[in-house]
Amino acid sequence: MRRLLFDSLLKGPVTEAPPAPDPDALAELAQAVNRRARERLGRSLSIRAVDAGSCNACELELHALNNPFYDLERYGLHFVASPRHADVLVVTGPVTKNMREALERTYAATPDPKWVVAVGNCAANGGVFAGSYAVVGGVSKVVPVDLHIPGCPPSPRQLLAGLLALLETAR
Amino acid sequence: MTRTIPAFESLAELADACGQVPGHEPWPRIVVDAALWRRLGRQLAQGQWALLGLWGDTGRVHAALADAEGLLVATLECPDGRFDSLAAVHPPALRLERAIRDLWGYEPVGLPDTRPWLDHDRWGVLQPHGAATEVPATGADYPFLPAEGESLHQIPVGPVHAGIIEPGHFRFTANGETVVRLEERLGYVHKGIEKLLAGADLMRGAELAGRCSGDSTVAYALAFSRAVEAALGVEAPPRAHWLRALMAELERLANHLGDIGAVCNDAAFAILHAHCGVLRERVLRAADAAFGHRLMRDRIVPGGIVGDVDSKGFAAIAAVIDEIERRFPALSELYENTASLQDRTAGTGILEPGLAARYAAGGFVGRASGRAFDARRFAAYPPYTRLAFPVPVLKAGDVDARVRIRMLEVDASLSLVRQILERLPPGELWVTLPAGAGEGLALVEGFRGDVLAWVRVASGRIERCHLRDPSWFQWPLLEAAIDGNIVADFPLCNKSFNCSYSGHDL
Ligand code: SF4
Repeated sequence: MRRLLFDSLLKGPVTEAPPAPDPDALAELAQAVNRRARERLGRSLSIRAVDAGSCNACELELHALNNPFYDLERYGLHFVASPRHADVLVVTGPVTKNMREALERTYAATPDPKWVVAVGNCAANGGVFAGSYAVVGGVSKVVPVDLHIPGCPPSPRQLLAGLLALLETAR
Repeated sequence: MTRTIPAFESLAELADACGQVPGHEPWPRIVVDAALWRRLGRQLAQGQWALLGLWGDTGRVHAALADAEGLLVATLECPDGRFDSLAAVHPPALRLERAIRDLWGYEPVGLPDTRPWLDHDRWGVLQPHGAATEVPATGADYPFLPAEGESLHQIPVGPVHAGIIEPGHFRFTANGETVVRLEERLGYVHKGIEKLLAGADLMRGAELAGRCSGDSTVAYALAFSRAVEAALGVEAPPRAHWLRALMAELERLANHLGDIGAVCNDAAFAILHAHCGVLRERVLRAADAAFGHRLMRDRIVPGGIVGDVDSKGFAAIAAVIDEIERRFPALSELYENTASLQDRTAGTGILEPGLAARYAAGGFVGRASGRAFDARRFAAYPPYTRLAFPVPVLKAGDVDARVRIRMLEVDASLSLVRQILERLPPGELWVTLPAGAGEGLALVEGFRGDVLAWVRVASGRIERCHLRDPSWFQWPLLEAAIDGNIVADFPLCNKSFNCSYSGHDL
């Protein structure tokens, strides 16, 4: 293990420069975030991920944000275990009818001010599952959404650009 | 009066005795009567054959059986909507029959557990594949199995979990710290995929199949495409076969690396998580460079593959293989030599080989518990018949064995990718599909185990498609493996199984 640690010291981190905040996302968010919220939150946001019926690929890319290349925490963004600790809900999936209530309850358990980020095409409008008897078809049909990050799944860079835009606006 | 039916020595003998339904490829399908269906159930219960799938269809149910030589689909017509429960004698069929009951409304007579499974009383429709009656969605309570005894307490977990993972409910009954019963409740991410597939064209079918379980998008697209190709009697061109295998091995590498790191992370050993995370990311980037998508989604379609790989793409894959070969040995060595980590993984969450065999558990879950089954060998699909690769098997059945199987399979996949890069044949990437009709079955080895796909197609459309995730036969075993362990070791056990919620719930 000492070798591994030593090598890591010599090689330097693999962590990469951040992408620019997504300009479209900035515009969408400008309306969503008010001054008071900015003052209260400073430059750090706690994120709670809710899988509302995803195929699990959106989760894989959210996970990737924590790997050393993207290192989400350096921006003051981190995933938390409970909605009660969260400022932001990141929701994936078309919202299955079997998950609708759990999503509503998670939203209700998140203290104000809060933002909802819908991640992936499914979360936008049901994606390929739209029209099924088992899905509601989009997060905004269940809870208010502040930002959509499209993709199937969105890449970690796209996710990061969207979340950084949120941070810029929520500052 | 009941007819006595002799036991069949093999599935081939059974197929010969019954006569095959024409137009079902590449393995036979037979139609059986109720007496023979019961006979099959008994032979399943005796462990003579493995149950690889059980699904509903219009007016009938199908069971996929396997013996050492091959596969067979047995069909029972049930025009009155009733069939003899296989689960009554062979428990691995239990959740499958509960799902058939929810989706089709057929009644498995003698089913030991008649609680709904995928239907949480939220859809607003009953039996969506059957009568599809509209009903109010009331979200009725789900009665969990009782566990009684002095000083027992229950811990409900989920459906929303603490990490970035899929939703499902776990009901623990514990005595102090020790788990005396775990009961899973799944179905939260049921999206109705099989209903969306019915009537869809083949391209939409591939798109949906590739979204059953995102981590196995390549395996699902491959299983679906192979089943369609079998049904239509076409063969994808050789180069497509080899590039499909290249994607499948990259998918296996990425997932195994991610899992190894995640198990170590759950044992609070973050350095391996970080290093494995770097290697996983590099694999995904190479996949992106070569195939234009990090998870290689929507690249495999019935008839072949979409888009070739350019020299830059191959160079990216070769580079990542070099890097993993260089760096992975130090990581496995660190895993082996860290006593505090071994202390958590060795002897934890033991799955008995007998249970793994009975449930025909696929993938690393089965192979860490002595079940030497790999669909790449068993179903012998191209190009694996021309590639050399080991199928590692261990007997210990604990978290440690499931990690080690993955490590050995990382090595095997590295070697497979090398062989593919060296010997990839030139040529076409796809063939035009004929507008015929037929039924096809495919079994493909995903990183998690064997994915089964069954289709019936006619004039370019899917009439019925069933996709069975390996998790169907692994989830119930997690309940057994956690028995007697402490609650705090559940995340470790769960991660070492890494079952798919979405693939199971469909
Ligand atoms: S958007 Fe795509 S990746 Fe995300 S959950 Fe939906 S199908 Fe899966």
